[in-house]
Amino acid sequence: MIEKDGIVESVEELQTDIFILKVKAPQIAVLAKPGEFCNIKVSDSIFPFLRRPFSICDVEDDVITFQFNLVGEGTKLLSQKKKGDTINIIGTLGVGFNLLGNYENALIVAGGIGAAPFPFLIKNISEKKNIISFVGGRSKKDIIKYKLKNIIASTDDGSEGFHGNVVELLDSEIHKYDSANTKIFACGPNPMLRALSKYSIERGFACEISTESVMACGFGICQGCNIEGKDFDRFLLVCKDGPVFKAEDVIL
Amino acid sequence: MNNVDLSVKIGSLVLQNPVMLASGTVGYGNEISDFTDLSKIGGIVTKSVSLNPRKGNPPNRITETASGMLNAIGLANVGLEAFIKDKIPFLSDIGSTLICNIAASSIEEYVECTKTLDAEDSVKAFEINVSCPNVKEGGLIFGNDVNNVRVITEKVRAVTNKPIIIKLSPNTASIKEFAQAAKDEGADAVSAINTLIGTSFDIYSKKPKIKNITGGLSGPAIKPVALSKVLEISRNVDIPIIGIGGIMNWKDAVEFMICGASAIQLGTVNFINPSASEEIIKGLNDYCIETGLSKISDLTASYLL
Repeated sequence: MIEKDGIVESVEELQTDIFILKVKAPQIAVLAKPGEFCNIKVSDSIFPFLRRPFSICDVEDDVITFQFNLVGEGTKLLSQKKKGDTINIIGTLGVGFNLLGNYENALIVAGGIGAAPFPFLIKNISEKKNIISFVGGRSKKDIIKYKLKNIIASTDDGSEGFHGNVVELLDSEIHKYDSANTKIFACGPNPMLRALSKYSIERGFACEISTESVMACGFGICQGCNIEGKDFDRFLLVCKDGPVFKAEDVIL
Repeated sequence: MNNVDLSVKIGSLVLQNPVMLASGTVGYGNEISDFTDLSKIGGIVTKSVSLNPRKGNPPNRITETASGMLNAIGLANVGLEAFIKDKIPFLSDIGSTLICNIAASSIEEYVECTKTLDAEDSVKAFEINVSCPNVKEGGLIFGNDVNNVRVITEKVRAVTNKPIIIKLSPNTASIKEFAQAAKDEGADAVSAINTLIGTSFDIYSKKPKIKNITGGLSGPAIKPVALSKVLEISRNVDIPIIGIGGIMNWKDAVEFMICGASAIQLGTVNFINPSASEEIIKGLNDYCIETGLSKISDLTASYLL
Protein backbone atom coordinates (compact mmCIF):
# COMPACT_ATOMS: atom_id res chain seq x y z
CA MET A 1 0.00 0.00 0.00
CA ILE A 2 1.19 3.45 -0.90
CA GLU A 3 -0.14 7.00 -0.92
CA LYS A 4 0.02 8.76 -4.29
CA ASP A 5 -1.64 11.54 -6.24
CA GLY A 6 -3.61 10.28 -9.23
CA ILE A 7 -4.71 12.32 -12.23
CA VAL A 8 -8.38 12.18 -13.21
CA GLU A 9 -8.82 10.94 -16.78
CA SER A 10 -12.61 11.09 -16.86
CA VAL A 11 -15.80 11.06 -14.80
CA GLU A 12 -18.94 9.85 -16.53
CA GLU A 13 -22.47 9.26 -15.34
CA LEU A 14 -23.09 5.69 -16.45
CA GLN A 15 -26.77 5.83 -15.52
CA THR A 16 -28.80 7.82 -12.99
CA ASP A 17 -26.55 8.55 -9.99
CA ILE A 18 -24.01 5.85 -10.97
CA PHE A 19 -20.60 7.19 -11.96
CA ILE A 20 -17.47 5.78 -13.55
CA LEU A 21 -14.26 7.55 -12.46
CA LYS A 22 -10.98 6.82 -14.23
CA VAL A 23 -7.76 7.86 -12.55
CA LYS A 24 -4.21 7.57 -13.83
CA ALA A 25 -2.16 6.22 -10.92
CA PRO A 26 0.57 3.94 -12.28
CA GLN A 27 2.23 2.93 -9.01
CA ILE A 28 -1.10 1.92 -7.46
CA ALA A 29 -2.57 0.36 -10.63
CA VAL A 30 0.30 -2.10 -10.82
CA LEU A 31 -0.49 -3.40 -7.32
CA ALA A 32 -4.21 -3.98 -7.91
CA LYS A 33 -5.91 -7.33 -7.47
CA PRO A 34 -9.64 -8.07 -7.83
CA GLY A 35 -11.64 -7.22 -4.72
CA GLU A 36 -9.09 -4.82 -3.25
CA PHE A 37 -9.95 -1.19 -2.64
CA CYS A 38 -8.50 2.31 -2.44
CA ASN A 39 -9.14 5.04 0.12
CA ILE A 40 -9.61 8.33 -1.69
CA LYS A 41 -9.31 11.93 -0.46
CA VAL A 42 -12.13 13.56 -2.37
CA SER A 43 -11.13 17.16 -1.60
CA ASP A 44 -8.05 19.16 -0.65
CA SER A 45 -9.79 20.68 2.37
CA ILE A 46 -10.94 19.13 5.64
CA PHE A 47 -14.45 18.77 4.20
CA PRO A 48 -15.39 16.02 4.04
CA PHE A 49 -13.06 15.05 6.86
CA LEU A 50 -12.38 11.40 6.12
CA ARG A 51 -11.29 9.59 2.99
CA ARG A 52 -13.83 7.52 1.07
CA PRO A 53 -13.19 3.83 0.34
CA PHE A 54 -14.00 2.45 -3.13
CA SER A 55 -13.51 -0.99 -4.67
CA ILE A 56 -11.28 -1.26 -7.67
CA CYS A 57 -13.67 -1.71 -10.57
CA ASP A 58 -11.15 -2.22 -13.33
CA VAL A 59 -7.54 -1.54 -14.28
CA GLU A 60 -6.40 -0.73 -17.80
CA ASP A 61 -2.62 -0.25 -17.98
CA ASP A 62 -1.93 2.55 -15.48
CA VAL A 63 -5.52 3.74 -15.16
CA ILE A 64 -7.77 2.57 -12.31
CA THR A 65 -11.55 2.65 -12.72
CA PHE A 66 -13.86 3.22 -9.76
CA GLN A 67 -17.62 2.86 -9.86
CA PHE A 68 -19.69 4.71 -7.28
CA ASN A 69 -23.20 5.89 -6.57
CA LEU A 70 -24.11 9.36 -5.48
CA VAL A 71 -25.01 9.03 -1.81
CA GLY A 72 -23.61 12.03 0.04
CA GLU A 73 -21.30 15.00 0.03
CA GLY A 74 -18.15 12.97 -0.61
CA THR A 75 -19.44 11.19 -3.70
CA LYS A 76 -20.99 14.46 -4.91
CA LEU A 77 -17.56 16.13 -4.87
CA LEU A 78 -16.04 13.12 -6.58
CA SER A 79 -18.70 13.20 -9.31
CA GLN A 80 -17.75 16.82 -10.05
CA LYS A 81 -14.06 16.09 -10.74
CA LYS A 82 -12.71 17.16 -14.10
CA LYS A 83 -10.10 15.65 -16.39
CA GLY A 84 -6.67 16.68 -15.11
CA ASP A 85 -7.74 17.13 -11.46
CA THR A 86 -5.51 15.55 -8.83
CA ILE A 87 -6.87 13.19 -6.20
CA ASN A 88 -4.86 11.60 -3.43
CA ILE A 89 -5.22 7.83 -3.20
CA ILE A 90 -4.08 5.29 -0.63
CA GLY A 91 -4.01 1.85 -2.19
CA THR A 92 -4.26 -0.85 -2.83
CA LEU A 93 -5.86 -2.03 0.37
CA GLY A 94 -7.35 -5.14 1.87
CA VAL A 95 -7.68 -8.76 0.89
CA GLY A 96 -9.49 -9.40 -2.39
CA PHE A 97 -11.14 -12.41 -4.02
CA ASN A 98 -9.36 -15.75 -4.23
CA LEU A 99 -9.78 -16.77 -7.88
CA LEU A 100 -7.77 -19.97 -7.60
CA GLY A 101 -9.38 -23.39 -7.43
CA ASN A 102 -10.76 -26.19 -9.53
CA TYR A 103 -14.30 -24.81 -9.91
CA GLU A 104 -15.73 -24.55 -13.43
CA ASN A 105 -18.56 -22.11 -12.79
CA ALA A 106 -17.93 -18.64 -11.36
CA LEU A 107 -21.25 -17.20 -10.25
CA ILE A 108 -21.15 -13.47 -9.67
CA VAL A 109 -23.92 -12.17 -7.41
CA ALA A 110 -24.17 -8.38 -7.27
CA GLY A 111 -26.68 -6.13 -5.57
CA GLY A 112 -26.87 -2.50 -6.73
CA ILE A 113 -23.48 -0.78 -6.56
CA GLY A 114 -22.13 -4.15 -5.43
CA ALA A 115 -21.43 -4.71 -9.14
CA ALA A 116 -18.36 -2.47 -8.76
CA PRO A 117 -15.54 -5.00 -8.16
CA PHE A 118 -16.54 -7.54 -10.82
CA PRO A 119 -15.20 -6.12 -14.11
CA PHE A 120 -11.67 -6.55 -12.74
CA LEU A 121 -12.49 -10.00 -11.39
CA ILE A 122 -13.81 -11.07 -14.79
CA LYS A 123 -10.65 -9.75 -16.46
CA ASN A 124 -8.43 -11.74 -14.10
CA ILE A 125 -10.28 -15.01 -13.82
CA SER A 126 -9.20 -17.94 -16.00
CA GLU A 127 -10.81 -17.98 -19.46
CA LYS A 128 -11.75 -21.59 -18.85
CA LYS A 129 -14.26 -20.64 -16.19
CA ASN A 130 -17.95 -20.33 -17.03
CA ILE A 131 -18.94 -16.90 -15.71
CA ILE A 132 -22.58 -15.99 -15.00
CA SER A 133 -23.47 -12.57 -13.52
CA PHE A 134 -26.59 -12.42 -11.37
CA VAL A 135 -27.35 -8.74 -10.98
CA GLY A 136 -30.04 -7.40 -8.69
CA GLY A 137 -31.54 -4.03 -7.87
CA ARG A 138 -34.64 -2.40 -6.49
CA SER A 139 -35.74 -1.28 -9.94
CA LYS A 140 -34.58 -1.25 -13.57
CA LYS A 141 -32.56 1.93 -13.02
CA ASP A 142 -30.55 0.26 -10.24
CA ILE A 143 -29.32 -2.60 -12.42
CA ILE A 144 -25.64 -2.05 -13.23
CA LYS A 145 -24.28 -4.09 -16.14
CA TYR A 146 -20.97 -2.28 -16.68
CA LYS A 147 -18.42 -4.72 -18.14
CA LEU A 148 -20.17 -7.79 -16.74
CA LYS A 149 -20.61 -11.08 -18.65
CA ASN A 150 -23.60 -13.37 -19.20
CA ILE A 151 -25.98 -11.20 -17.19
CA ILE A 152 -29.22 -12.38 -15.63
CA ALA A 153 -31.03 -9.54 -13.86
CA SER A 154 -33.58 -9.35 -11.08
CA THR A 155 -35.55 -6.40 -9.72
CA ASP A 156 -37.54 -6.11 -6.53
CA ASP A 157 -40.37 -4.36 -8.43
CA GLY A 158 -40.26 -6.60 -11.49
CA SER A 159 -39.37 -3.75 -13.87
CA GLU A 160 -36.59 -5.81 -15.41
CA GLY A 161 -35.79 -9.52 -15.50
CA PHE A 162 -36.72 -11.82 -12.64
CA HIS A 163 -39.28 -10.37 -10.21
CA GLY A 164 -37.66 -10.74 -6.80
CA ASN A 165 -34.32 -10.30 -5.11
CA VAL A 166 -31.02 -11.55 -6.45
CA VAL A 167 -30.78 -14.45 -3.99
CA GLU A 168 -34.20 -15.67 -5.14
CA LEU A 169 -32.98 -15.29 -8.72
CA LEU A 170 -29.92 -17.39 -7.93
CA ASP A 171 -32.14 -19.99 -6.29
CA SER A 172 -34.25 -20.24 -9.45
CA GLU A 173 -31.12 -21.01 -11.50
CA ILE A 174 -29.03 -22.99 -9.02
CA HIS A 175 -30.23 -26.41 -10.32
CA LYS A 176 -27.92 -25.84 -13.32
CA TYR A 177 -24.81 -25.86 -11.13
CA ASP A 178 -23.08 -28.52 -9.07
CA SER A 179 -21.75 -27.23 -5.77
CA ALA A 180 -18.60 -29.31 -6.20
CA ASN A 181 -17.40 -27.28 -9.18
CA THR A 182 -19.01 -23.89 -8.61
CA LYS A 183 -17.84 -20.85 -6.68
CA ILE A 184 -19.90 -17.78 -5.80
CA PHE A 185 -18.40 -14.26 -5.68
CA ALA A 186 -20.71 -11.67 -4.16
CA CYS A 187 -20.94 -8.01 -3.26
CA GLY A 188 -23.90 -5.93 -2.19
CA PRO A 189 -25.79 -4.57 0.79
CA ASN A 190 -25.51 -6.44 4.11
CA PRO A 191 -29.05 -7.94 4.13
CA MET A 192 -28.36 -9.46 0.69
CA LEU A 193 -24.96 -10.81 1.75
CA ARG A 194 -26.47 -12.22 4.94
CA ALA A 195 -29.16 -14.08 2.99
CA LEU A 196 -26.70 -15.27 0.36
CA SER A 197 -24.17 -16.47 2.95
CA LYS A 198 -26.84 -18.54 4.68
CA TYR A 199 -28.06 -19.88 1.33
CA SER A 200 -24.62 -20.89 0.04
CA ILE A 201 -23.48 -22.42 3.33
CA GLU A 202 -26.67 -24.53 3.58
CA ARG A 203 -26.24 -25.81 0.04
CA GLY A 204 -22.50 -26.36 0.26
CA PHE A 205 -21.40 -23.77 -2.30
CA ALA A 206 -18.05 -22.06 -1.82
CA CYS A 207 -18.87 -18.37 -1.49
CA GLU A 208 -16.77 -15.25 -1.00
CA ILE A 209 -18.44 -11.99 -0.06
CA SER A 210 -17.09 -8.46 -0.35
CA THR A 211 -18.31 -6.48 2.65
CA GLU A 212 -18.48 -2.78 3.36
CA SER A 213 -18.17 -0.70 6.50
CA VAL A 214 -17.75 2.83 7.68
CA MET A 215 -14.01 3.30 8.00
CA ALA A 216 -11.46 6.02 8.57
CA CYS A 217 -7.92 4.95 7.69
CA GLY A 218 -8.47 1.88 5.50
CA PHE A 219 -5.27 0.14 6.60
CA GLY A 220 -5.81 -1.10 10.13
CA ILE A 221 -4.82 1.69 12.50
CA CYS A 222 -8.16 3.26 13.40
CA GLN A 223 -9.86 -0.07 14.23
CA GLY A 224 -13.17 1.48 13.23
CA CYS A 225 -14.42 -1.04 10.63
CA ASN A 226 -14.77 -4.14 12.78
CA ILE A 227 -16.94 -7.11 11.84
CA GLU A 228 -17.81 -10.16 13.92
CA GLY A 229 -15.91 -13.26 12.85
CA LYS A 230 -16.89 -16.87 13.48
CA ASP A 231 -14.49 -18.60 15.86
CA PHE A 232 -12.13 -15.64 16.20
CA ASP A 233 -11.16 -14.28 19.61
CA ARG A 234 -11.04 -10.76 18.19
CA PHE A 235 -13.16 -8.69 15.84
CA LEU A 236 -12.01 -8.82 12.22
CA LEU A 237 -11.36 -5.60 10.33
CA VAL A 238 -13.11 -5.04 7.01
CA CYS A 239 -10.16 -2.97 5.77
CA LYS A 240 -7.37 -5.38 6.56
CA ASP A 241 -8.79 -8.88 7.12
CA GLY A 242 -11.32 -8.20 4.31
CA PRO A 243 -13.14 -6.62 2.59
CA VAL A 244 -13.56 -10.07 1.00
CA PHE A 245 -14.30 -12.90 3.41
CA LYS A 246 -15.37 -16.50 3.04
CA ALA A 247 -19.11 -16.52 3.76
CA GLU A 248 -18.60 -18.92 6.67
CA ASP A 249 -15.98 -16.75 8.38
CA VAL A 250 -18.09 -13.71 9.29
CA ILE A 251 -21.38 -12.90 10.97
CA LEU A 252 -23.16 -10.03 9.25
CA MET B 1 22.00 26.19 6.75
CA ASN B 2 20.03 24.10 9.13
CA ASN B 3 21.22 24.06 12.70
CA VAL B 4 17.89 24.23 14.50
CA ASP B 5 17.81 22.13 17.66
CA LEU B 6 14.47 20.31 17.46
CA SER B 7 15.04 18.16 20.55
CA VAL B 8 12.75 18.55 23.55
CA LYS B 9 12.76 17.30 27.12
CA ILE B 10 9.74 15.81 28.85
CA GLY B 11 11.02 15.47 32.40
CA SER B 12 13.99 13.13 32.05
CA LEU B 13 12.84 11.92 28.64
CA VAL B 14 14.67 13.45 25.69
CA LEU B 15 12.97 13.31 22.29
CA GLN B 16 14.77 14.10 19.03
CA ASN B 17 11.87 16.34 18.06
CA PRO B 18 8.48 17.25 19.57
CA VAL B 19 6.33 15.23 17.15
CA MET B 20 4.86 12.06 18.63
CA LEU B 21 2.18 9.68 17.36
CA ALA B 22 -0.81 9.40 19.70
CA SER B 23 -2.01 6.23 21.34
CA GLY B 24 -4.81 4.42 19.57
CA THR B 25 -4.17 6.12 16.25
CA VAL B 26 -1.22 4.11 14.97
CA GLY B 27 -1.83 0.65 16.42
CA TYR B 28 1.54 -0.89 17.16
CA GLY B 29 3.36 1.02 14.45
CA ASN B 30 3.65 -1.64 11.76
CA GLU B 31 0.96 -0.39 9.37
CA ILE B 32 1.92 3.28 9.41
CA SER B 33 5.58 2.43 8.85
CA ASP B 34 4.61 1.77 5.21
CA PHE B 35 3.93 5.51 4.86
CA THR B 36 6.32 7.28 7.18
CA ASP B 37 9.82 6.72 8.51
CA LEU B 38 9.23 6.10 12.21
CA SER B 39 12.91 6.63 13.04
CA LYS B 40 12.43 10.33 12.24
CA ILE B 41 9.64 11.02 14.72
CA GLY B 42 10.03 12.12 18.32
CA GLY B 43 8.20 9.15 19.76
CA ILE B 44 5.42 6.66 19.28
CA VAL B 45 2.77 6.00 21.91
CA THR B 46 1.32 2.55 21.43
CA LYS B 47 -2.33 1.54 21.52
CA SER B 48 -3.53 1.23 25.12
CA VAL B 49 -2.52 -2.11 26.52
CA SER B 50 -4.41 -3.86 29.30
CA LEU B 51 -3.50 -6.93 31.33
CA ASN B 52 -5.79 -9.20 29.32
CA PRO B 53 -6.80 -8.92 25.65
CA ARG B 54 -9.88 -6.77 24.98
CA LYS B 55 -12.16 -7.30 22.01
CA GLY B 56 -13.44 -3.75 22.12
CA ASN B 57 -16.91 -2.51 21.23
CA PRO B 58 -19.17 -4.01 18.55
CA PRO B 59 -19.71 -2.13 15.25
CA ASN B 60 -20.39 0.64 14.35
CA ARG B 61 -17.46 2.14 16.17
CA ILE B 62 -16.88 5.35 14.27
CA THR B 63 -18.71 8.09 12.42
CA GLU B 64 -17.64 11.21 10.61
CA THR B 65 -18.64 14.60 12.03
CA ALA B 66 -18.06 18.21 11.04
CA SER B 67 -14.27 18.65 11.01
CA GLY B 68 -13.77 15.49 12.97
CA MET B 69 -14.98 12.06 13.92
CA LEU B 70 -16.44 10.15 16.83
CA ASN B 71 -14.96 6.85 17.88
CA ALA B 72 -15.87 4.24 20.45
CA ILE B 73 -13.33 1.49 19.82
CA GLY B 74 -13.40 0.40 23.46
CA LEU B 75 -9.67 -0.14 24.02
CA ALA B 76 -9.45 -3.19 21.76
CA ASN B 77 -5.95 -4.59 22.28
CA VAL B 78 -3.94 -7.79 22.25
CA GLY B 79 -3.25 -7.84 26.00
CA LEU B 80 0.03 -7.48 27.86
CA GLU B 81 1.53 -10.89 27.09
CA ALA B 82 1.01 -10.72 23.32
CA PHE B 83 2.08 -7.08 23.33
CA ILE B 84 5.45 -8.00 24.82
CA LYS B 85 5.91 -11.10 22.68
CA ASP B 86 4.56 -9.93 19.31
CA LYS B 87 4.59 -6.14 19.22
CA ILE B 88 7.59 -4.89 21.18
CA PRO B 89 10.21 -6.62 18.95
CA PHE B 90 9.08 -4.56 15.92
CA LEU B 91 8.80 -1.38 17.98
CA SER B 92 12.30 -1.90 19.45
CA ASP B 93 13.82 -1.80 15.99
CA ILE B 94 12.23 1.35 14.59
CA GLY B 95 14.78 3.70 16.10
CA SER B 96 12.20 5.94 17.75
CA THR B 97 11.32 6.51 21.37
CA LEU B 98 8.77 3.94 22.48
CA ILE B 99 6.17 5.02 25.02
CA CYS B 100 3.62 2.49 26.23
CA ASN B 101 0.10 3.62 26.97
CA ILE B 102 -1.60 1.62 29.71
CA ALA B 103 -5.34 1.36 30.28
CA ALA B 104 -6.84 -0.61 33.11
CA SER B 105 -10.05 -1.22 34.95
CA SER B 106 -8.49 -1.29 38.41
CA ILE B 107 -5.61 0.40 40.19
CA GLU B 108 -3.96 -3.00 40.63
CA GLU B 109 -4.09 -3.58 36.88
CA TYR B 110 -2.34 -0.25 36.17
CA VAL B 111 0.38 -1.24 38.62
CA GLU B 112 0.73 -4.78 37.25
CA CYS B 113 1.07 -3.60 33.63
CA THR B 114 3.57 -0.88 34.50
CA LYS B 115 5.67 -3.21 36.63
CA THR B 116 5.82 -5.86 33.90
CA LEU B 117 6.64 -3.41 31.12
CA ASP B 118 9.25 -1.65 33.27
CA ALA B 119 11.50 -4.65 32.67
CA GLU B 120 11.47 -4.05 28.89
CA ASP B 121 14.54 -2.03 27.94
CA SER B 122 12.97 -0.65 24.76
CA VAL B 123 10.07 0.92 26.68
CA LYS B 124 11.31 4.42 27.49
CA ALA B 125 8.27 5.88 29.24
CA PHE B 126 4.65 5.24 30.21
CA GLU B 127 1.53 7.13 29.35
CA ILE B 128 -1.22 6.31 31.80
CA ASN B 129 -4.67 6.49 30.23
CA VAL B 130 -7.11 7.64 32.89
CA SER B 131 -9.38 9.26 30.36
CA CYS B 132 -10.85 6.80 27.86
CA PRO B 133 -14.52 7.77 27.45
CA ASN B 134 -15.56 4.52 25.77
CA VAL B 135 -15.30 1.77 28.33
CA LYS B 136 -17.70 0.96 31.14
CA GLU B 137 -15.06 0.17 33.72
CA GLY B 138 -11.95 2.23 34.29
CA GLY B 139 -11.15 5.00 31.88
CA LEU B 140 -13.11 8.10 32.69
CA ILE B 141 -14.43 6.66 35.95
CA PHE B 142 -10.86 7.15 37.12
CA GLY B 143 -10.14 10.23 35.08
CA ASN B 144 -13.09 12.18 36.43
CA ASP B 145 -12.07 11.80 40.05
CA VAL B 146 -8.99 13.71 41.05
CA ASN B 147 -8.37 11.41 44.01
CA ASN B 148 -8.26 8.39 41.74
CA VAL B 149 -5.77 10.12 39.46
CA ARG B 150 -3.71 10.92 42.55
CA VAL B 151 -3.71 7.30 43.76
CA ILE B 152 -3.01 5.80 40.34
CA THR B 153 -0.07 8.16 39.80
CA GLU B 154 1.33 7.41 43.24
CA LYS B 155 1.05 3.61 42.85
CA VAL B 156 2.48 3.57 39.33
CA ARG B 157 5.29 5.90 40.39
CA ALA B 158 6.25 3.39 43.06
CA VAL B 159 6.96 0.61 40.54
CA THR B 160 8.97 2.40 37.85
CA ASN B 161 11.75 4.94 37.56
CA LYS B 162 10.92 5.57 33.91
CA PRO B 163 9.10 8.77 32.99
CA ILE B 164 5.35 8.73 33.62
CA ILE B 165 2.91 10.78 31.58
CA ILE B 166 -0.68 11.04 32.77
CA LYS B 167 -3.15 11.43 29.89
CA LEU B 168 -5.88 13.80 31.01
CA SER B 169 -9.51 14.08 30.06
CA PRO B 170 -11.09 17.34 28.90
CA ASN B 171 -14.42 16.09 30.24
CA THR B 172 -13.85 17.73 33.62
CA ALA B 173 -14.55 21.14 35.06
CA SER B 174 -10.99 21.96 36.03
CA ILE B 175 -8.18 20.17 34.23
CA LYS B 176 -5.51 22.07 36.17
CA GLU B 177 -6.45 20.26 39.39
CA PHE B 178 -5.79 16.94 37.70
CA ALA B 179 -2.47 18.15 36.33
CA GLN B 180 -1.51 19.38 39.80
CA ALA B 181 -2.44 16.02 41.34
CA ALA B 182 -0.30 14.21 38.76
CA LYS B 183 2.61 16.51 39.49
CA ASP B 184 2.24 16.17 43.28
CA GLU B 185 2.45 12.38 43.02
CA GLY B 186 5.55 12.40 40.88
CA ALA B 187 4.36 12.26 37.27
CA ASP B 188 6.91 13.65 34.82
CA ALA B 189 4.37 15.12 32.44
CA VAL B 190 0.74 15.24 31.42
CA SER B 191 -0.74 14.79 27.97
CA ALA B 192 -3.84 16.76 27.10
CA ILE B 193 -6.35 16.20 25.81
CA ASN B 194 -8.03 12.87 25.31
CA THR B 195 -11.25 12.97 23.24
CA LEU B 196 -14.37 14.91 24.14
CA ILE B 197 -17.57 12.94 24.70
CA GLY B 198 -20.05 13.37 21.87
CA THR B 199 -22.78 11.64 19.95
CA SER B 200 -24.49 11.66 16.56
CA PHE B 201 -27.89 10.35 15.45
CA ASP B 202 -29.41 9.24 12.17
CA ILE B 203 -32.47 11.42 11.69
CA TYR B 204 -34.48 8.74 9.85
CA SER B 205 -33.75 5.61 11.91
CA LYS B 206 -33.53 7.81 15.05
CA LYS B 207 -30.69 5.58 16.21
CA PRO B 208 -27.19 6.61 17.29
CA LYS B 209 -24.61 6.32 14.53
CA ILE B 210 -22.28 4.44 16.84
CA LYS B 211 -23.38 1.40 18.79
CA ASN B 212 -21.89 2.68 22.06
CA ILE B 213 -24.26 5.70 21.73
CA THR B 214 -21.52 8.12 22.77
CA GLY B 215 -17.98 8.27 21.51
CA GLY B 216 -14.87 10.39 21.70
CA LEU B 217 -14.76 13.41 19.43
CA SER B 218 -11.42 14.08 17.76
CA GLY B 219 -10.04 16.08 14.86
CA PRO B 220 -9.80 19.82 14.14
CA ALA B 221 -13.25 20.34 15.73
CA ILE B 222 -11.65 19.97 19.18
CA LYS B 223 -8.47 21.98 18.62
CA PRO B 224 -9.66 25.21 20.30
CA VAL B 225 -10.82 23.23 23.36
CA ALA B 226 -7.51 21.38 23.53
CA LEU B 227 -5.52 24.60 23.23
CA SER B 228 -7.45 26.20 26.08
CA LYS B 229 -6.83 23.15 28.30
CA VAL B 230 -3.12 23.18 27.52
CA LEU B 231 -2.99 26.90 28.27
CA GLU B 232 -4.91 26.40 31.53
CA ILE B 233 -2.41 23.80 32.71
CA SER B 234 0.54 25.86 31.52
CA ARG B 235 -0.59 28.97 33.43
CA ASN B 236 -1.28 27.11 36.66
CA VAL B 237 0.91 24.03 37.03
CA ASP B 238 4.66 23.65 36.57
CA ILE B 239 4.70 20.36 34.64
CA PRO B 240 5.67 19.52 31.05
CA ILE B 241 2.64 19.20 28.78
CA ILE B 242 2.22 17.10 25.66
CA GLY B 243 -0.43 18.81 23.54
CA ILE B 244 -2.99 16.72 21.66
CA GLY B 245 -6.20 17.58 19.84
CA GLY B 246 -6.93 18.09 16.17
CA ILE B 247 -3.42 18.84 14.95
CA MET B 248 -3.48 18.59 11.15
CA ASN B 249 -0.33 20.50 10.15
CA TRP B 250 2.80 22.24 11.45
CA LYS B 251 0.96 25.48 12.16
CA ASP B 252 -1.34 23.68 14.58
CA ALA B 253 1.72 22.13 16.25
CA VAL B 254 3.34 25.56 16.66
CA GLU B 255 0.12 26.92 18.19
CA PHE B 256 0.07 24.13 20.80
CA MET B 257 3.70 24.78 21.72
CA ILE B 258 3.07 28.51 22.07
CA CYS B 259 0.15 27.67 24.40
CA GLY B 260 2.42 25.62 26.66
CA ALA B 261 3.11 22.25 25.08
CA SER B 262 6.66 20.86 25.22
CA ALA B 263 5.77 18.26 22.62
CA ILE B 264 2.69 17.33 20.62
CA GLN B 265 0.93 14.16 19.54
CA LEU B 266 -0.69 13.48 16.19
CA GLY B 267 -3.86 11.42 16.33
CA THR B 268 -6.73 11.51 13.90
CA VAL B 269 -4.64 13.10 11.13
CA ASN B 270 -2.79 9.77 10.81
CA PHE B 271 -5.98 8.23 9.40
CA ILE B 272 -6.21 10.80 6.62
CA ASN B 273 -2.60 11.68 5.98
CA PRO B 274 -0.37 8.88 7.29
CA SER B 275 2.78 10.79 6.36
CA ALA B 276 1.73 13.90 8.31
CA SER B 277 4.44 13.43 10.96
CA GLU B 278 7.33 13.94 8.56
CA GLU B 279 5.63 16.95 6.96
CA ILE B 280 5.06 18.51 10.38
CA ILE B 281 8.66 17.96 11.53
CA LYS B 282 9.87 19.70 8.38
CA GLY B 283 7.35 22.51 8.87
CA LEU B 284 8.50 23.06 12.46
CA ASN B 285 12.12 23.20 11.35
CA ASP B 286 11.30 25.74 8.63
CA TYR B 287 9.27 27.83 11.09
CA CYS B 288 12.23 27.99 13.47
CA ILE B 289 14.50 29.14 10.65
CA GLU B 290 11.92 31.68 9.47
CA THR B 291 11.45 33.15 12.95
CA GLY B 292 15.08 32.93 14.06
CA LEU B 293 14.61 30.27 16.75
CA SER B 294 17.76 28.23 17.36
CA LYS B 295 16.02 25.69 19.55
CA ILE B 296 12.38 24.74 19.32
CA SER B 297 12.04 24.23 23.07
CA ASP B 298 12.09 28.04 23.38
CA LEU B 299 8.70 28.04 21.73
CA THR B 300 7.04 26.27 24.67
CA ALA B 301 4.75 28.58 26.63
CA SER B 302 5.96 31.59 24.67
CA TYR B 303 2.47 33.07 24.71
CA LEU B 304 2.04 36.81 25.18
CA LEU B 305 -1.18 37.48 27.01
